[in-house]
Amino acid sequence: MSEHTYTPKSKFGKWFNDRLPLLSLASHLTDYPTPKNLNYWWTFGGILTFCLLSQIITGLVLAMHYVAHADLAFSSVEHIMRDVNYGWLIRYIHSNGASMFFLAVYIHIFRSLFYGSYKSPREIIWILGMIIYLLMMATAFMGYVLPWGQMSFWGATVITNLFSAIPLFGESITTWLWGGYSVDNPTLTRFFSLHYLFPFLILGLVILHIWALHVPGNNNPIGIDVKKPSKDTVPFHPYITIKDLFALLIFLIIFSGFIFFAPNVLGHSDNYIQANPLVTPKHIVPEWYLLPFYAILRSVPDKLGGVILMFGSIFILMALPWLDSSKVRSSVFRPLNKIFFWVLVVDVLALGYVGAMPAEGLYLFVARLGTIYYFAHFLLILPILSRIEKTQPLPLSITEPVLTGMPKMEFIKSDKPDV
Amino acid sequence: MSDTEKKTNRRDFLFTASYTVGAVGIGATIWPFIDQMNPDSSVKALATTEVDISQIEPGKSITVLWRGKPVFIKRRTETEISEAKAVSLDDLKHPEKDEDRVKKAEWLVMMGICSHLGCVPLSDKGEYNGWFCPCHGSHYDTSGRIRKGPAPTNMEIPKYAFIDDNTIRIG
Repeated sequence: MSEHTYTPKSKFGKWFNDRLPLLSLASHLTDYPTPKNLNYWWTFGGILTFCLLSQIITGLVLAMHYVAHADLAFSSVEHIMRDVNYGWLIRYIHSNGASMFFLAVYIHIFRSLFYGSYKSPREIIWILGMIIYLLMMATAFMGYVLPWGQMSFWGATVITNLFSAIPLFGESITTWLWGGYSVDNPTLTRFFSLHYLFPFLILGLVILHIWALHVPGNNNPIGIDVKKPSKDTVPFHPYITIKDLFALLIFLIIFSGFIFFAPNVLGHSDNYIQANPLVTPKHIVPEWYLLPFYAILRSVPDKLGGVILMFGSIFILMALPWLDSSKVRSSVFRPLNKIFFWVLVVDVLALGYVGAMPAEGLYLFVARLGTIYYFAHFLLILPILSRIEKTQPLPLSITEPVLTGMPKMEFIKSDKPDV
Repeated sequence: MSDTEKKTNRRDFLFTASYTVGAVGIGATIWPFIDQMNPDSSVKALATTEVDISQIEPGKSITVLWRGKPVFIKRRTETEISEAKAVSLDDLKHPEKDEDRVKKAEWLVMMGICSHLGCVPLSDKGEYNGWFCPCHGSHYDTSGRIRKGPAPTNMEIPKYAFIDDNTIRIG
């Protein structure tokens, strides 16, 4: 964080700031020096903050009309859709908002993977991000249960049954989670309570995530350390705020497209049938954003093994800063890593696709192959690659590659990072 | 020197004792907040169900709800019974004799819950003429034993008793 010697101009401002330095904080956020070469992949942090706030506000409103009871939940959601003024709009913002939130978070995560933003000194930012991601998945899962449709009920049954794979205590843990002997009213009410709580935990973690970010400052597309403030940086406001705002606008157009023209395309029609514990839908699928993990779960012919691999596929990401030991952050200068990055993207997309398909025949084969590759990428390819890869020479500053031909020596000198 | 050592030891004892009392106190306070999530008295009270089985034809089955979960009551045909009995225990992932899974060979009473992740299997489906779970593709035989697929165990047999020839009490 830059050393601040901010003093408010007004007398009251000074009096207030001496007692609670909110104005110093605002000044820090405004002046925060940002690498001047940030591209649009860097706008997703702002978009995600918007998503979180949008989910909290719409969720708050929905909770005013929703009834968390197994007999009433389903019809209270229909009541929101038909009777409550603009209820349909608010619910569609909330349900599609979850999808948009995940879309943005996946881009944000893959941005970090490509540009090495998880590397030293940003490991804590990365780990906080992974915890946020885990909480997001838990929140989204519990939120999906609340409408108490068939997919809600059976999704909840399948996911909570994952815990029954735990040796010895599995049975009692699932009973404890359910508050009964199956997913029922007690499960619904506790999911509602936790679904309301978790976004605020996420909000707290987001503040830590941004705080941790402001210590070393942003990574950037060429991944080198920049001196702050310098010719390589611009103040956050107005340069980044306006860029983030523009990206958010584009994002909102896509978001609105879903809300107004295809509000149910990402959902499952079975969830418009009320939960029935006697009938399992023909084909249970989670929401699209959980499909790759679902594919990993189903690819293992052993219950406990499948559960371990599924959770392992997320926890392995937390160790990423230590699995990839390359000193060069950005894949722009890592010709091999660049290729394997795209292979990983294709692998995760393929896993997502087979996760939506029945677990048999060719689909199962692809799921197994994809799972093996996913783990091989992090446990074999990256550790080996980062040791043998011949990286390209790094520019000395952000300004240097902008100047064509010979770099101007005076720029390099003045902006050269401390050796 | 020995004086200070003595004093330190007394302090250590006090610290350890305080921490212990504190930890026990915190544990005792946390427990109600954990245990409140376990099944409550009203859930436990719904522990038994009585079912009339006089209307079930051979080869047919009914599904009843017990503790929020489906229970299959199947009146098996002679072929289904002999099929179940003919299976060698070596072919089973979770070896159980058919005789040990039924009270009367004609009647198979079991939880209609796949032991994999809790879906309800479909009857008269799958490669073993028993049940097939559509969620993740587990095949069960006419005794409800797992034969193929990811499920680890046979479908569970609940506690039940024949009250008379036409009535079963589950639970």
